[in-house]
Amino acid sequence: MNGGFWRRLLALTRKEVKQLLRDRSNLMMGIALPLVLILIFGYGLSFDVKNAPVAVVMEDHSPTANDMIAGLRLSPYLAPTVVDSMHDAENLMLARKVDAILRLPSDFSRRLGLGDAHVQLILHGADANTSRTIQGYVQSALAQSTVVQADRSGDTPSPAVGSVHLEQRLWFNEANTSTWFLVPGLIVLITTLVGAFLTALVMAREWERGTLEALFVTPVRPLEILLAKIIPYFGVGMIGLLMCLVAARFLFDVPIYGSLWLILLVSVFYLFVALGIGLLISAVTKNQFTASQLALVTSFMPALMLSGFIYDLRNMPLAVQVVGRVLPATHYMEVLKSLFLAGNLWPVILKNCVILIGYAVVVLAAARMKTRKLLE
Amino acid sequence: MNAMLAFIRRVANLCSKELRVILKDPASRVLLFVPALLQSLMFGYAATLDLREAPYALLDQDHGPAAVQLVANVEGSGVFRRVATLDNERDIASVVDAGKVLFVLHIAPRFEQRLSAGEDTPVQVILDARNSTTAGTASGYLGAIVSRFNTDWRTGHGGADAPLTMDVRAWYNPNLETRWFMMSSMIAVLSMLQTLMLTALSVAREREQGTFDQLLVTPCTPTEIMIGKSVPSIFVGLVQSTLVLLIATLWFHIPMAGSLVTLYTGLLVFTVACVGIGLAISSLAVNMQQAMLYTFVLMMPLVLLSGMTTPIANMPTAMQWLTTINPARYAIHLVQRVYLEGVGLGTVIADIVPLLIIAAVTLPFSAWLFRHRLV
Repeated sequence: MNGGFWRRLLALTRKEVKQLLRDRSNLMMGIALPLVLILIFGYGLSFDVKNAPVAVVMEDHSPTANDMIAGLRLSPYLAPTVVDSMHDAENLMLARKVDAILRLPSDFSRRLGLGDAHVQLILHGADANTSRTIQGYVQSALAQSTVVQADRSGDTPSPAVGSVHLEQRLWFNEANTSTWFLVPGLIVLITTLVGAFLTALVMAREWERGTLEALFVTPVRPLEILLAKIIPYFGVGMIGLLMCLVAARFLFDVPIYGSLWLILLVSVFYLFVALGIGLLISAVTKNQFTASQLALVTSFMPALMLSGFIYDLRNMPLAVQVVGRVLPATHYMEVLKSLFLAGNLWPVILKNCVILIGYAVVVLAAARMKTRKLLE
Repeated sequence: MNAMLAFIRRVANLCSKELRVILKDPASRVLLFVPALLQSLMFGYAATLDLREAPYALLDQDHGPAAVQLVANVEGSGVFRRVATLDNERDIASVVDAGKVLFVLHIAPRFEQRLSAGEDTPVQVILDARNSTTAGTASGYLGAIVSRFNTDWRTGHGGADAPLTMDVRAWYNPNLETRWFMMSSMIAVLSMLQTLMLTALSVAREREQGTFDQLLVTPCTPTEIMIGKSVPSIFVGLVQSTLVLLIATLWFHIPMAGSLVTLYTGLLVFTVACVGIGLAISSLAVNMQQAMLYTFVLMMPLVLLSGMTTPIANMPTAMQWLTTINPARYAIHLVQRVYLEGVGLGTVIADIVPLLIIAAVTLPFSAWLFRHRLV
């Protein structure tokens, strides 16, 4: 490379940075949106059910039944309200004031003594995941109460018969809070947004207005134009990433078991992929509306839905899994989650880094080709 | 009377012009419908928190009939599929680390012996909780499987039946499928993105291309221009909702419990509220790029705090307050109540009123901004 290259690159980059800083809406996307998202993801979103309202219908008023319900009250996950009749409970459920109804029939304590009691649990199934979680909580609260009662009465049903209990160990997320997996996922989203969406939008505008063609008549080469475009947005992406890292560590106490340098390194790789996708989309569409829609559909929405961010890829049908596996975001997500929560797992890191570098090379080369072809 | 007719004619002309602008370009025509179609199909399959054939690894150091029976119970459920069989505890870390399995089921030596001796026998699960939701779901399933195993074991070995049985029933979604929830939410949310974007772009585009000034010299009043800009977006939004609705009922066979009239009344009010927000963005933005970025920056909180990704009840109180100005929140609630629960117009009025209020604030505000910016 001769001196001209660096001089032109520097001048172009300076122009791009100025252009970026001039329009407030760009900075809003690059800086304000990550901030808002960090707050929403860290404080607002949670899959952890707390204080779920449950209507309890006690048709049996015996002390045994009362003790049973006391167990529910102790659970931090449930907020039981005793109602007088099944009718009242149903009305609460119809108004969606409660998520579930637990009914203890009138012969409950008598049959519990015989070892054959039934309780009925009716769930509001609209939000299936929450319902299932509540079912688990009610089940374990009742089981706890049963054990306490058996201990108190002194006669375990049949001491000679053993039973199995499940001993759980949660790896990588001891606190078992969804914030821990939402925050690393957030980094993937923000990097995708800045890299692909913002870049596609800004470039498409230049294509649409013809200002890019105007640049082509100057002595600058397409590579220099592309590099000068990449550099400022790379900077914005890195700022977003650093904000996320700081928030993860100091606001949300998400552990970072892996090396910080590795996190930065894989993020750089992924940012190149995302920037490349943005450049490619704009070069193909050359129209702001189309580019924004395409960026949304091909990069952002899949990163949200198909990368294993919220929905585990392993539960999806094979065809959808394949689509997910092809996405660069999925590989970045995988390595980032491991680096945050599990540590430096080299096989995971190496495999995904190679894939990300591969993507970066292919996508950037394609963007470069698309830009040159137009010059001729 | 004549003035009225002229008003209608002008609005109709404006509408047809706007619709033509939207549908003129083949690329944008495709973009209006194909993404909605693909996304609702794809996400209908992808957005599931239910486990199906989730991979697990087995470390059975006992091999007794009881252990074999327990494993059969785990695999017979169809929820879990064994992808690895381990020989010793050292191998646990590598399969879990690599993310190959969701959990390792570890049955220690002397399992059978302890169980037969009437002891409380542990069986260990090591869960990969990098995704805490999936881990929680898996552990729920496993708990149920183990308790069923216990019941069988107890009755098979002369013990009493379990003292307590819980009969579970789920209303409105008998098999507790996440998809029912997701698809019904998407009827509202998927169209929101495009309704907002289209409206926000419409004025910004004219301003950028200089045709806005031409509109101003026509006899059309700002109100007429606004209506002309709104109606096509509302139309496109409703068509997209219909598309998702068709996929939900015909492709995924999710039964529609309520009335279409109620559903569309709700969707119409929701789309009008979205158009109001879109127009407000449009009057604030100087060019298309700004309009798009503002839409997007607004869009993210609207979707995330709508109750679609995580329940609103789980949010901190301050965030819950914030959701009261989010139209998507009411729309999702409304669609779910009508679609899954089958409630009537009288019940969903509680969701329609806030949407009307949002529309009643945003539409006059953007009309005011229009006029304000014209001068």
